[in-house]
Amino acid sequence: MTIDTAPAPATTPAAAPPPRRRALRPGRLGVHAFLMTVSLAFLAPLLLAVYASLRPYDETSEHGYFSLPKKLSFDYYQQAFSDSGMMKYFINTLIIAVPGVLLALFFASFVAFAVSRLRMRGSIVLLMLFTAGNLLPQQVIVTPLYVLFNRIPLPYWMSDSMTMFDSYWAVISVQVGFQIGFCVFVLANFMRTLPQEILEAAIVDGASVWTQYWRITLPLCRPALAALGTLQFTWMYNDFLWALVFISDGDKLPITSALNNLRGQFFTDYNLLAAGSVIVALPTLLVFLLLQRHFIAGLTLGSTKG
Amino acid sequence: MSTPRRAARRGPRRFTRRDLAVLGVLLGIPILLDVAIVWGPTLASIVLSFTSWDGIGDIHWVGTKNYENLFTNYPQFWPAARHNLLWLAFLGLIATPFGLLLAVLIDRGVRFSRFYQSTLYMPVVLSLAVVGFIAQLVFSRDQGALNAILADTENPTDWLGDPDLNIWMILLAAAWRHTGYVMILYLAGLKAVDPSLKEAAAIDGASERQTFFRVVFPTLRPVNVIVGVITVIEALRAFDIVYAVNKGRNGLELLSVLVTDNIIGEASRIGFGSAIAVVLLLVSMGFVVTYLVQEIRGEKNR
Repeated sequence: MTIDTAPAPATTPAAAPPPRRRALRPGRLGVHAFLMTVSLAFLAPLLLAVYASLRPYDETSEHGYFSLPKKLSFDYYQQAFSDSGMMKYFINTLIIAVPGVLLALFFASFVAFAVSRLRMRGSIVLLMLFTAGNLLPQQVIVTPLYVLFNRIPLPYWMSDSMTMFDSYWAVISVQVGFQIGFCVFVLANFMRTLPQEILEAAIVDGASVWTQYWRITLPLCRPALAALGTLQFTWMYNDFLWALVFISDGDKLPITSALNNLRGQFFTDYNLLAAGSVIVALPTLLVFLLLQRHFIAGLTLGSTKG
Repeated sequence: MSTPRRAARRGPRRFTRRDLAVLGVLLGIPILLDVAIVWGPTLASIVLSFTSWDGIGDIHWVGTKNYENLFTNYPQFWPAARHNLLWLAFLGLIATPFGLLLAVLIDRGVRFSRFYQSTLYMPVVLSLAVVGFIAQLVFSRDQGALNAILADTENPTDWLGDPDLNIWMILLAAAWRHTGYVMILYLAGLKAVDPSLKEAAAIDGASERQTFFRVVFPTLRPVNVIVGVITVIEALRAFDIVYAVNKGRNGLELLSVLVTDNIIGEASRIGFGSAIAVVLLLVSMGFVVTYLVQEIRGEKNR
């Protein structure tokens, strides 16, 4: 037998056996079993939410969520969209998050450029001012801002509440003000890794500060900006507290906070709520799956210095 | 080395008037925003915590009365503070080391590591509000998946309704998100570790465990610092998830919830709410200052 089959392995590359041997080592197997178990445990709640959202309430209230389905449908998704106007809340989120991300990135990148590239006095103080600000608990600043926004009048065309409170402006400015700190920290770390010679050559050529920032430094930061933008978008999208406190008109709520309203309206029907949760989670999950590399880069840019 | 020094000596003359205008506006706006949105309100919170203000009438100075009431006369305070500490301990002692363990296992280059990495990381992109709702699907008393798995139909456990139990379930849900976050930070840190360090340790006859704890782990110091700060901040900021489950009542009290309740509730006790916020601030400042001192030291060594 062995002699007969002996010529055959000649065609398979000599490198084939090692991986197989490695895969069969009990240690490796244990690691895989462990990682697979943990992964499945991490996925399970999400899958459960999707599963629950596809099943009618009568069925799950009788048999529980952990049962075999008799009927699966997208009815709840349709209901969540039509009855609670989720589209409107999505648009509200975009009204807040798009300018929020762009402004935060623009201002933060300039501050980061100034503290890391220009030899200014007080750079460290400035950097600390922003970084530490981002680390404060949100609840510490909520009360005075609530009072402040109630006292800032805005013309009717900017806010139908006539004050900054209960307007998108309030949420946008808090998002930008609060997130600038993190962006400055990350971008300053990134800009430090860029070669200083490029700037020095430009300075010799008489480039202005704006040119040094906009034409020379910023283009080099494109990967960092993409990563940070992705991350910031999911954070602003996921935010719950700011809109809850600064917006009182339910129609102006962004999607994440609006989910709470959906719960109030249909508090008994968990399957509808599951559909709502999946709808709310879907954009960030898609962003994550499509831009995974950017997303992770954004998080880790700040933590490991180049 | 000579070029930067020369640039520094050239000092103020480096900037033209137009440069100064650009700097003034583009540094001025973010600084103004940071002061108006973050630092000003922080100071205002501290000041207001010594008043009995209700947000409408005159501001009356009451000294430390809010704090006295808070510590002696406000039954929710100590449970909330305990829950925040428990949160910190749970994330710091269980979720964070677990995240590190997962990162180390994945970093050894096992097959399917991308799948593991993505799956474990996925909960991080979810809003904590959504995590709260998903927790309800899993833990709800009558129809929840957990009771179904346990086949606990006779006398079902009310995982989220029982004030002795629910905080643990919420901690599990919060850890679900925190673990992935920590894992990704450590994975990035581990990738940056110079492989020749490990090789040298292996040649010297160090076991895998020794190599990790004596050689690799110490080089992860910057990541450890970041992870520590994130863990503390997350534990003190925790809010969305309990608020989404039951508005932070019945066993799920947290300091952040008490602040929110006191300012947006009908009572609107702004002075009192600020005092709770200041307590939160003091605890987090302890950690933030430690972190900043380290950062400044690093900055000077650059």
